[in-house]
Order: sequence, then structure tokens, then C-alpha cells
Amino acid sequence: MIENMAPSGGAMQLIGALLEQRTGQQIAANRAWRIETALKPVLRERGLPSLDALVGQLLGARSGELADQVVDVLLNQETSFFRDVAVLEQIAAAAVAMQAEVGNRRLRIWSAGCSTGQEPLSLAMLFAEKAAAFPMPPEIVASDVSTAALARARAGRYSQFEIQRGLPVRRMVEWFDSEGGEWVARQELVRRIQFRQQNLTADVPPPGKFDIILCRNVMLYFSLPLRRQVFDRLATAIQPGGLLVLGAGETVIGLTEHFTPSEAFRGFYRTAEAEPAPLAAAG
Amino acid sequence: MKTCLVVDDSKVIRKVARHILETLDFEVREAADGREALDSCLATPPDVVLLDWNMPVMSGMDFLRALKNAGLEQRPKVVFCTTENGMAYIRAAIEAGADEYVMKPFDRETLESKLQIVGVA
Ligand SMILES: C[S@@+](CC[C@H](N)C(=O)[O-])C[C@H]1O[C@@H](n2cnc3c(N)ncnc32)[C@H](O)[C@@H]1O
Repeated sequence: MIENMAPSGGAMQLIGALLEQRTGQQIAANRAWRIETALKPVLRERGLPSLDALVGQLLGARSGELADQVVDVLLNQETSFFRDVAVLEQIAAAAVAMQAEVGNRRLRIWSAGCSTGQEPLSLAMLFAEKAAAFPMPPEIVASDVSTAALARARAGRYSQFEIQRGLPVRRMVEWFDSEGGEWVARQELVRRIQFRQQNLTADVPPPGKFDIILCRNVMLYFSLPLRRQVFDRLATAIQPGGLLVLGAGETVIGLTEHFTPSEAFRGFYRTAEAEPAPLAAAG
Repeated sequence: MKTCLVVDDSKVIRKVARHILETLDFEVREAADGREALDSCLATPPDVVLLDWNMPVMSGMDFLRALKNAGLEQRPKVVFCTTENGMAYIRAAIEAGADEYVMKPFDRETLESKLQIVGVA
């Protein structure tokens, strides 16, 4: 909370605190320059001369609309289609294996921190390509704290630059239409995904249990206690035996007892086995 | 070190592509049209060809067809790199056997991503 921050007159600190309070994201001191760069367009748009002036407005603002915008531009929303392609392929393989186990029940996948939609769309493409393995295509729920990112994800509209990052051309041709220099995901693909706004640090997870949860490259700048808290919360949203997938270089180790490394799927985490029931007395 | 043959009638584009490719650790060769490119591939096949569409003497498409018919033991990967950004062109390139497609203008990330997809970067 802002009141708990070391007192400081600095606009930077206040803006950093706003971001952390809203989203859990911390800006390291050596990356504070990012604040200024990222906020330049906001200053220009609002005709404000400086960050101090912006902070003045933030403190005086009645509606949270300015704060929302500030938080939004400060979030790192870097993503791409098929980011870490081997990981996504392993998710698809895990889904196929899980489906074989659960019979006709429809699998549920949650992409938490989906940014502008490339991650859930990539999953939707992979599942569509493996349609024969699923009686019903897995349900994909995709969430993000940023309403701006979600609006873009829902529209499924990408620049020529974005569409060429990670997406093989055959898939592009199969699942996207070209519209005035941009590329728009076909409805049949977008329809497979339910988008919703959700803040991992403040809101309950989407209802129901998930077989696989992706939370990739979201918590890198969370404090350790906050990560712990979010893992606890994710654990409430996952099926027994379900899988948690983090970004490359992220780990649960040392942070939670709810998840342990999966033996079958390298780099993924499984919900911990239930305590083994005490053995019935032998003989 | 992987080798990339950059085929483009524009010297500037070849220079830009070369610069990016060298930072990606490629050994770069250049050709100014399809004919030159074909000769170069037949002499020493590169790992990948970055191929413009519209060129004098021999177009990218004609080069691709000729390359397929050349019976090389290991055909280089072919990545089109062109301002022809329409769906019809892209489909035609895929049908003709192109492995990937870069729509100009491109940058380092685009090029790197597409080279990774075809398995050479
Ligand atoms: C770097 S992107 C990663 C996107 C995608 N998962 C990937 O790996 O490519 C991180 C996303 O997490 C979102 N995010 C940050 N803090 C969040 C929070 N507290 N709750 C939900 N989403 C959050 C950001 O808005 C951003 O879209």
C-alpha cells in the first residue's frame, strides 16, 4: 500500500508504487528509466509537462481512469505466437494424454496473463490441429489484468510485425485473414477462447477447476511473498493431478508445497499428490 | 556456421539482410537474381536461401521451381522475403514449396524468428 512506502517526494517512486499496488509488478531501480520512456506518450496525450505534473493529476484525480492508463502502459506485455514452441507442443501433448485419461470430460485450460492473445491463440491452433484426440476442443480461458491488452486479444488483430513473430506461415494462412495491412484471427479460432479481466494478485481465479494452467512470464517481477500467495491461489483452481506451466527460467521451487516438478513433462509442475492414506495394518 | 544466400536485386536490401544475418552468426553470400542464385546453389548449396520475388533475369518463383528440379541431395530451406504481401502470393509460394515467408519491411526479430521456424537459426 502506498502509505507503507518509504516517504519520498519522487514522482518515480509514487508511480512505481502505484504499479506494484495494482499489479504486483516491481520496477527495479536500474529499470526506472522505463517509467519515463513508457509514460512519454501519456504526457503528450494529456498535455502534461512532466512526470511531476502527472503525479499531481493522479493524486487529484476523481476517476481511476488516468491511473488505469498509467498502469497499463507500464506493464510489460511482451509476447509472441508460439513463444517457446517446444513448451507449447509439450502442453498439447500433455492435453492429449490427459484427455485419454478423463474420457469424455472436456478439458479446461487457463492462460493467466495472456497479454494480447498470442499465447491462447497458439494453444487453440495446436488443439485444432489435434482435433481427433479431443471429443470436444479443450476450453481455453484467457485472462489478463490489462483491459487494453485484453481488448486487443479479443479483436485478434495483429500488425505485420507481430504476425511474423513465431507464427509459421502455413498456420498464418490457415487461421488469419489479411485486412488492410493487418492480420485478423478467424472467428472459428477466437471463438474457442473466453477472455476475461482478472488480476492474479487481487481477484479469485475464473470459476471451475482447470487441467492445465499457464502463468508464463507474469510473475518475474513479483516479490517472493507475492509469488507464494499467487501459487497458493492457483492451486485452488487446478484439478488434482493438473499441470502448471511457467515461463522459461521461472520456478515454484522453494515457494510452494502445492506443486512439484512433473516427472512426465519436463519443466512443468503437477499439483502435489494428496497425502498417501495411512496403510491398512498388514495381515 | 550456417550459410545463407541472400537473393535480391536491391543492393541496399542485401546489405541490410547481410548485416542482420551476420549478427545472427550466418555466413552470408549474395546473388542479384534467380539465375545467379541457382548457379551459386548448384556450386555449393547454402543452408537457407532468403529469396526476393520480383527480380530481373529470373524471378524468385522461377528460381524455386528450378531449384526443386535440380535434384540437389539436400535442398536448402527457402524463405521468401518480398513486398508481395497478399494472401494469393503467400499461398502460391507455399504451394511452390517455399518453407517460410517474410513480408517486407522486415527487422531482425522477424528474420530471426522465421529462420528459427525453418530450423536454421
Ligand atoms: C510479459 S507478458 C507474458 C504474456 C504471455 N503469458 C507470454 O508468456 O508470452 C505478462 C502479462 O502479464 C500481465 N500481468 C501483469 N501483472 C498481472 C497481474 N497481477 N494479474 C494478471 N495479469 C498480469 C501483463 O499485463 C502482461 O500482459
